[in-house]
Amino acid sequence: MDFGFKISPSSAINLDKVDLGKFEELHKAEPDVYKCMACGSCSSTCPASRFSGMSVRKVILDLQRGREKEAVALMRNCMLCGKCTMVCPRGINTRHLILSICRIYMEDGK
Amino acid sequence: MRERFLTGYNDFVLPFVCGMLFVLIYCLVGLVRIIMQLPPQDRKKFFISLVTPKTMIKNIKDIFLKCLIHVDLWKRNRLLGYMHSSIAFGWFMLILVGHIEVLLYTSHLGAKALYYPIFFRYFVAETESTMKGALIFFLMDFFLLVVLSGIALAIIKRVRSRFFGMRRTTNPSFLDLIGLYSLWSIFPLRLLAESFTADISGGSFLTKSLNYVFTEFLSNHANMLPAWWAYSCALGIFFFVLPFTRYMHIPTEILLIPLRNAGIRIVNARKGFAKAQVYSCPSCGLCIDACPMGVLKGNLKDTTVYLNRQIRRNNEARIEEISDKCLLCGKCTAVCPVGVEGDKLRIAQRSMRRYNFGPDYSNISAKEEIARCNKFVNSENSNVSSAVNEKVLYFAGCMTALTPVIMKTTGSILEKAGVDYTVMDRDGGICCGRPMLMAGRFAQARQLVEKNTEIILGSGAGTLLLSCPICYKIFREKYSLPGIKIVHHTEYFERLIREGRLKVHRDGTRYVFHDPCELGRGCGIYEPPRNVISCAGELVEAAKNRKESICCGGSLGSLTLGFDKRKAMTENAVSNLTAASPDRIVTACPLCLNTFSRYSDRPVEDIAQVLDRNSSPADITGNNKRQKTIS
Repeated sequence: MDFGFKISPSSAINLDKVDLGKFEELHKAEPDVYKCMACGSCSSTCPASRFSGMSVRKVILDLQRGREKEAVALMRNCMLCGKCTMVCPRGINTRHLILSICRIYMEDGK
Repeated sequence: MRERFLTGYNDFVLPFVCGMLFVLIYCLVGLVRIIMQLPPQDRKKFFISLVTPKTMIKNIKDIFLKCLIHVDLWKRNRLLGYMHSSIAFGWFMLILVGHIEVLLYTSHLGAKALYYPIFFRYFVAETESTMKGALIFFLMDFFLLVVLSGIALAIIKRVRSRFFGMRRTTNPSFLDLIGLYSLWSIFPLRLLAESFTADISGGSFLTKSLNYVFTEFLSNHANMLPAWWAYSCALGIFFFVLPFTRYMHIPTEILLIPLRNAGIRIVNARKGFAKAQVYSCPSCGLCIDACPMGVLKGNLKDTTVYLNRQIRRNNEARIEEISDKCLLCGKCTAVCPVGVEGDKLRIAQRSMRRYNFGPDYSNISAKEEIARCNKFVNSENSNVSSAVNEKVLYFAGCMTALTPVIMKTTGSILEKAGVDYTVMDRDGGICCGRPMLMAGRFAQARQLVEKNTEIILGSGAGTLLLSCPICYKIFREKYSLPGIKIVHHTEYFERLIREGRLKVHRDGTRYVFHDPCELGRGCGIYEPPRNVISCAGELVEAAKNRKESICCGGSLGSLTLGFDKRKAMTENAVSNLTAASPDRIVTACPLCLNTFSRYSDRPVEDIAQVLDRNSSPADITGNNKRQKTIS
């Protein structure tokens, strides 16, 4: 929170080594990605979860934690059928989110 | 007729001649470019079709009926049809009769052939023998009057489009306006110029009478030259701006029709056939009123007419935005008078996007999937005759998994009719590939198609039953399943009723049928669902139905439109359906069912639910009873 003045400089040390540059890029393209509350509706309807364990919830959590490789592996069998979009209680356009991930991230998760 | 001037030339012809040469050269270069951009096999197909007598006749017929008479517009809106055909056909006849006139009355034309047919009346004087050509004089005046009436309607349309039954019309660009005003002024100026000279060169009811009026206060013939200059300048301006305005559709459509008749499809969103389509767009704006997104004013600029305009301007950011937003309901394609395929253009545009990685389905084992579905219920059922005992593979589809009632009731109907069936994706199967295709990822869609083909062929079924029109469309268009009949459940139910395998009882419920985009416009299935509903209750029609049905707003076609932004579209579609105050809304698409259920004020059902409630197993032993159930 920026009030325009500070009582003391921040002394917090960020020990997180994860490079979230790509995630920031994704967030810019898909502002809704932060809306996800990890309810798992998308996971329960996903027809690809049977094959590659696909779950948009897991993909978002993994990307936020810098586990890009795992996320990309989950998405291997996504068929873009759009059921996750329809059931999302937060109204996230998951189909476009998935396409944006395919556009921004690399196959090997970098 | 004798020539008035020895040279047969006056400076005023220059604007017209330059403009015309410019347009001709521009069109010629464009023609060569479009043909060169076609894939080699398409180019070959096109050239062959040009010399095949059958397509040749069709080309000429189509060009005459569509470019000149505008039959499609006549069918839609007579006033709009008259306006366009009067200008197009009238102008064409003016040029044609002008040429005939020149051929009859002059000889040794040379370079004069460029402008004589247009400015003939300036260069000749009437002689005693001319009256033999009175018919031609009359025709020239008559067609000029026809064009003028069209121009008058066009002016009224610009001021009040509602007069023509159009709610919204296209916002013209600056150059469009210049083209428009010069086009409007060409014919009144022609009338003025020809009227001035009518006492020298002759005229008919229009020009001659006006000439009498003019001589009352303008008797000096020196006054005629400015009128001819103005006429030529109007033509020149129109021709110079034509390539950069919507009027480019006039020459392009003549190319588009033979290309389409040759069976060419869009491959690249910017080249070849697609380019011909984009330049053929006359910006009439019929797609604006048709677009289901139009209920929200902010979406008006995302209709096909604006996509075409942005593609012509190479405005990449807007092209991407427009093509991603579209629901791909196909209504703009259905209403387009020149046949611009807005949905296919957008899919082609989406396919141009590059992704770093994409899904890959090689890890899915088709054998396991076959084992899951290969359990036909009553193969050994001896009660059912062998002809009836066909093996039906029911592919419910992804969307049906969200509305399991369709799967349940369809299964119940199949059991009542004694059909030997099995469900291919009871616990979720592989997607048909259509959503992937609509996102423009063709390679992945092809992989899904191949996987499903393997499973279906391995299951040993003779009929593939689908309850989702989205699947149905791609199964019909992209799958090759030899020996397997692909049917949508509406068609299959109709057949079951017709064959007397189901006893349907009718009640007084009023149903309205919503034509799902992919089933109606996509596959042309309009009658079977209506026949089924008529057996179960009273069928009423929506305000706009069949080809003009309004998308429910739930379509998977749109990539960027969030579900929160679609409420207004769904409500608009519901109010269209409830125009005849039905008791229930019936649809035949799980996605429409899902979307309508959210916002409808009355029950929404799938056709399978209606039929399941109103049917019971037919008594197969008594043949005479079968007849009864049909009536």
